[in-house]
Amino acid sequence: MSREPPSFAGASCPLPLRDYPKIQMAHGGGGRLTQSLIDHLFLPAFDHAALWARHDGAVLPLGDCRVAFTTDSYVVRPLFFPGGDIGALAVHGTVNDLAMCGARPLALSAGFIIEEGFAMEELARITNSMARAARGCHVPVVTGDTKVVDRGKGDGVYVNTAGLGVIADGVECQPAGARPGDRIILSGEIAAHGIAVLSVREGIEFDTTVESDSAGLWNLVEPILERHAADVHVLRDPTRGGVASALNEIATAAGVGMVLDEALIPVCEQVRGACELLGLDPLYVANEGKCLAIVTPDAADAIAGLIRQHPLGSRAAIVGEVVADHPGTVCLRSTIGSLRILDLLSGEQLPRIC
Amino acid sequence: MKYVDEYRNAGDARRMVEAIESIVAHDWTLMEICGGQTHTIVRSGIDRMLPKRITLVHGPGCPVCVTSVALIDTAIALARRPEVILTSFGDMLRVPGSSTDLLRAKADGGDVRMVYSPLDALALAQKHSDRQVVFFAVGFETTAPANALAVWKARRAGVGNFSVLCAHVLVPPAMEAILSDPGNLVQGFLAAGHVCTVTGYREYEPLAQRHRVPITVTGFEPLDVLQGVYLTVRALEADRWGVENQYRRAVTADGNQAAQRMMAEVFEVCDRDWRGIGEIPASGLRLRGEYAEFDAERRFDIAPPTADYSTECIAGQILQGRKRPDQCPAFRVRCTPERPLGAPMVSSEGACAAYYRWGRPG
Repeated sequence: MSREPPSFAGASCPLPLRDYPKIQMAHGGGGRLTQSLIDHLFLPAFDHAALWARHDGAVLPLGDCRVAFTTDSYVVRPLFFPGGDIGALAVHGTVNDLAMCGARPLALSAGFIIEEGFAMEELARITNSMARAARGCHVPVVTGDTKVVDRGKGDGVYVNTAGLGVIADGVECQPAGARPGDRIILSGEIAAHGIAVLSVREGIEFDTTVESDSAGLWNLVEPILERHAADVHVLRDPTRGGVASALNEIATAAGVGMVLDEALIPVCEQVRGACELLGLDPLYVANEGKCLAIVTPDAADAIAGLIRQHPLGSRAAIVGEVVADHPGTVCLRSTIGSLRILDLLSGEQLPRIC
Repeated sequence: MKYVDEYRNAGDARRMVEAIESIVAHDWTLMEICGGQTHTIVRSGIDRMLPKRITLVHGPGCPVCVTSVALIDTAIALARRPEVILTSFGDMLRVPGSSTDLLRAKADGGDVRMVYSPLDALALAQKHSDRQVVFFAVGFETTAPANALAVWKARRAGVGNFSVLCAHVLVPPAMEAILSDPGNLVQGFLAAGHVCTVTGYREYEPLAQRHRVPITVTGFEPLDVLQGVYLTVRALEADRWGVENQYRRAVTADGNQAAQRMMAEVFEVCDRDWRGIGEIPASGLRLRGEYAEFDAERRFDIAPPTADYSTECIAGQILQGRKRPDQCPAFRVRCTPERPLGAPMVSSEGACAAYYRWGRPG
């Protein structure tokens, strides 16, 4: 992991922090403002090669082997949503961050920040859901922390998990690893998590049968790495900011371009319908159980086939390719055949008026 | 997906472009009214598929873009009051007023909430009876009926803590203003299909006759827009004017009469200041006298907002089709979605946002 820090000389609109004297919601949205916060505050302050790799977790040497180390905090509202809850999400999210480093999850931590007055019954539901999710991912929760804050100073409960995983020899998955010619595989239908959570948020409830795709991905990734380790250059779970943001980050880190084919991107009918109605682009909507795999062209069909054998990957598709042109830029071939830029989102994706 | 995929078919799009190529013999400048159409055009690359003889210019049909700075400042001032929950469509939240926007007002402690429907704002008022819920009623004739319904229901249910900040605008007076301008370049219009689902298209006939322009009521999918261009060019080449309806699957001549009745019950026509363009007579809607108690501007004593804002922004010229976003010296340089000088850069229907977001790979 001794990569040089990538150059940001060509990056557009560097957004000095002084433009935003106060934190806005979009600073946590996964788009440009989040990137700006990372680039201008966190990376320079914590300056370390593992951070500059801009991976879902840090990859660190430990004796003869390599471990992956990651952490994530969960503040989702509402706490329970169709297809999941904050507890299961906190396990799946961290397991997936490890899996995207190519690491077998070894152990998790669980930290709870609970608001005074929060219902014990709900905390038990969340905890049991976490335990169930952890068993499903074959990873133990081995340490934890509990804090209670004054009523009104929290929002029910926040959960933090950290995870430790081991990377097998020969596995080299990192965002900078994408190479021209590589194929981009998407493991299934996108945008379900974001739409499911949106559908139950106060003020904007709507009727839908869409359920979150919240799921742990190590079991899906493991057989690919066992058989095709050398062919898998990048793994990424497109969470907040969606597929578009994840691919933009990879394109920037690797200094490559990408071309996606809109017609090949799997989106289920209900999610498409909700996105059409709300004016949202599914490519920017969050997923919690999907994986992007950037792989060598020769192995792409075999790897896509392997993913399809897994229940979570039955709708997997090769959706695009890595190119040498327009480095740092992701393009989309639209359904009517023209090419356009698929940019990082500037702020949160907001529904349109009409 | 039914009713979507058919209108995004690459083969049909190519055939429609060929049909346009086969009939165009002169140079024509067409304006699509609605910002939603602008986004379809730039996003799916229609502007690059059309013959060079056809120039598409982008119209004023972005409600967020034409909402005056004074009204946005008023909304921000309301959001800062501790008793107020300011609700709005998401699109409005990023649009800059004279010094800030609603998202920043939220970060500063204002209670700003995004809703999908004015009825959700009304429900919020019923749930939080100790607070004042203000809905920022923005939009053309498309959103006006639902906003009218919310006010009508609030009055019927006696919801005293609900009010609207009314910023409604009307399409035909804006088209009249564009056509009456001596510098007008627009020779034909793609009228906004969704507006016409409500209003029908009869009121466009006198406009077409008076100014001798073809007006084609047009939908929002790529093939809708291409067919709208085809019908308008066909009329121009034949020296015909009048109204044609491309968007027949949604629009009738008389429109949605229940919606029109609800609008007429709650709103009356007023003069309206359009951002970057100025005041256009009889181009807005305000609450009728019987509903005045639901008018946020009357309910709250709001200090007169300052209207000192960026003069470098050429949004007015862009909204009238005189300039393209990429002809603005500030575009992508001093004006970006993160640091917008004007509304069209941040609205999801804004022309500048369309050029910024869907531009071609350089």
